[in-house]
Amino acid sequence: MHPAFSVLIFTVMSGAGYGLMTLMIIGHLAGLPQLQDSTVLLSGGVLAIALITGGLLSSTLHLTNPKNAWRAFSRFKTSWLSREAVFAVLFYPFALTYLAAIFFGGSEVTALGLLAGILTAVLAMLTLFCTSMIYASLKTIRQWNSSLTPVNYIALGLMSGSLLLAALQSLIGGELSSSLYTLALALLVLGAVCKLVYLFWIGKPAGSTINTATGFTQANVRLLDQGHTSNSFLNNEFGYTVAANKLVRMRLLMLVLAFVVPFLLLLTSSSVLLIIAALLTLAGLLVERWLFFAEARHVVRLFHGDQTV
Amino acid sequence: MKLGLVVDLDTCVGCHGCATACKQWNTSGTIGPLSDENPYGKDPNGAWLNRIRTYEVDDTPNSKTVNMPMSCMHCDNAACVTVCPTGASYKREEDGIVLVDQDKCMGCNLCSWACPYGAREIDPSQGTMKKCTLCVDRIYDEKLPEDERKPACVMTCPTKSRVFGDFDDPNSEVSKLVRDRAGKQLMPELGYNPVNTYLPPRNKPVVEMYEPRSVAASVKDWVNKVISR
Ligand code: SF4
Ligand code: SF4
Ligand code: SF4
Repeated sequence: MHPAFSVLIFTVMSGAGYGLMTLMIIGHLAGLPQLQDSTVLLSGGVLAIALITGGLLSSTLHLTNPKNAWRAFSRFKTSWLSREAVFAVLFYPFALTYLAAIFFGGSEVTALGLLAGILTAVLAMLTLFCTSMIYASLKTIRQWNSSLTPVNYIALGLMSGSLLLAALQSLIGGELSSSLYTLALALLVLGAVCKLVYLFWIGKPAGSTINTATGFTQANVRLLDQGHTSNSFLNNEFGYTVAANKLVRMRLLMLVLAFVVPFLLLLTSSSVLLIIAALLTLAGLLVERWLFFAEARHVVRLFHGDQTV
Repeated sequence: MKLGLVVDLDTCVGCHGCATACKQWNTSGTIGPLSDENPYGKDPNGAWLNRIRTYEVDDTPNSKTVNMPMSCMHCDNAACVTVCPTGASYKREEDGIVLVDQDKCMGCNLCSWACPYGAREIDPSQGTMKKCTLCVDRIYDEKLPEDERKPACVMTCPTKSRVFGDFDDPNSEVSKLVRDRAGKQLMPELGYNPVNTYLPPRNKPVVEMYEPRSVAASVKDWVNKVISR
């Protein structure tokens, strides 16, 4: 699949924003001592909302007829994209109420703050889940059509959020909270495991072939002619192909940038290096999202001559 | 009613007449225009609702060239409709035709991702999704003579390889063809249950291979044949 840059930015930024917001609220409500500071909470909240809003705005860039984008709320019953849009918008009033409660009332948990906080965290995770289900629900792309897709989106969103949270807390609070630090380390390992399982799983041959696509299941089938002399919408959208050795290099780059280096930087427990680790993870996740698209092979490719997907 | 097409892979000659007729009719039809980007330039690109691909099936000497026109299959289980967030894509209750409301589409492409058959294309100038309408603006047009209330592609096909009809009616021409010629759905394993059905090529004798033989052997064969009569 053609990786649209606006969608890569959107999923990485909003994933990190929702992860940051959720972990911060859980830590705050659960009484984690380092997260009872209203400056930390407010800056975390503002950063999360900025990431989410930037991501959502970027996601509208890939629409070819954005003047109808407001209609995207209308098919909540069947469409994951519609659900994502509804939850993403519902998130704002609760997140703003939660932050307002802290802004006006300090970090002491009030009934309003508690309610708004819980709903904010739930809606954040629901939105992230809906985003992942847009991809996971497509039977036409076997590399996405799996429960590993939502697991990856949520694990990586929480992982990048935890790094941002730890970095922010150490920057503002002066010293690193050991529980946030341990959480970030654990989520890095979890994220890496999820990604490795995914990479292993998509390597297994499965799915439709040119034979089932054309209906000739008892003989070899080869494409002679696509029927057009220059590329069509279908070629541009689904024909995206990357050389196998480049894919391997990008996989290594992703693993190093998103997981290995941040893990090593974290082990030094220095605040400055922690910020670098968080930024590196975000860059690594952009590579991860690029691969998520570049390695996905739509079944239309079979009609264009691919033997398998 | 379950309207759709039967495509005969035995007789289709791959002339692209249906695709051209389709483009001509629909560029001024209900969902029109069907625009082109850079039509006379180096790298033209445009929206088509019907495309023809050509395959070679099996290996010599048994190989056969098969032309396969593909337009929307008006699937029973059309995921392109359920994924659409705006409600632009819909499937009509009364005849099963899948359509895109051009006034509602926001051009997110998701329906084209959900379609296994490459039946949906973004219009490069309007930015909305275009797809085969089963010529809904012909088949119900009472101003047309009755035998012309058929899709443009069906009307134009010089070899009559495209047949339009109601798959719910067991006595319709399409239902009979599917029964008699063992019609097939494409990629049935994805579960979309496409309505359009393809008739496989009839079995033809294998091309005779030339084998040099001695004159005496040929004469002997001929004598044997004559005597056995
Ligand atoms: S062929 Fe594609 S566009 Fe047509 S109904 Fe089926 S899934 Fe939808
Ligand atoms: S491109 Fe248009 S018709 Fe297709 S899913 Fe998006 S809004 Fe619906
Ligand atoms: S039925 Fe009409 S819209 Fe569909 S392929 Fe044929 S001519 Fe085109």
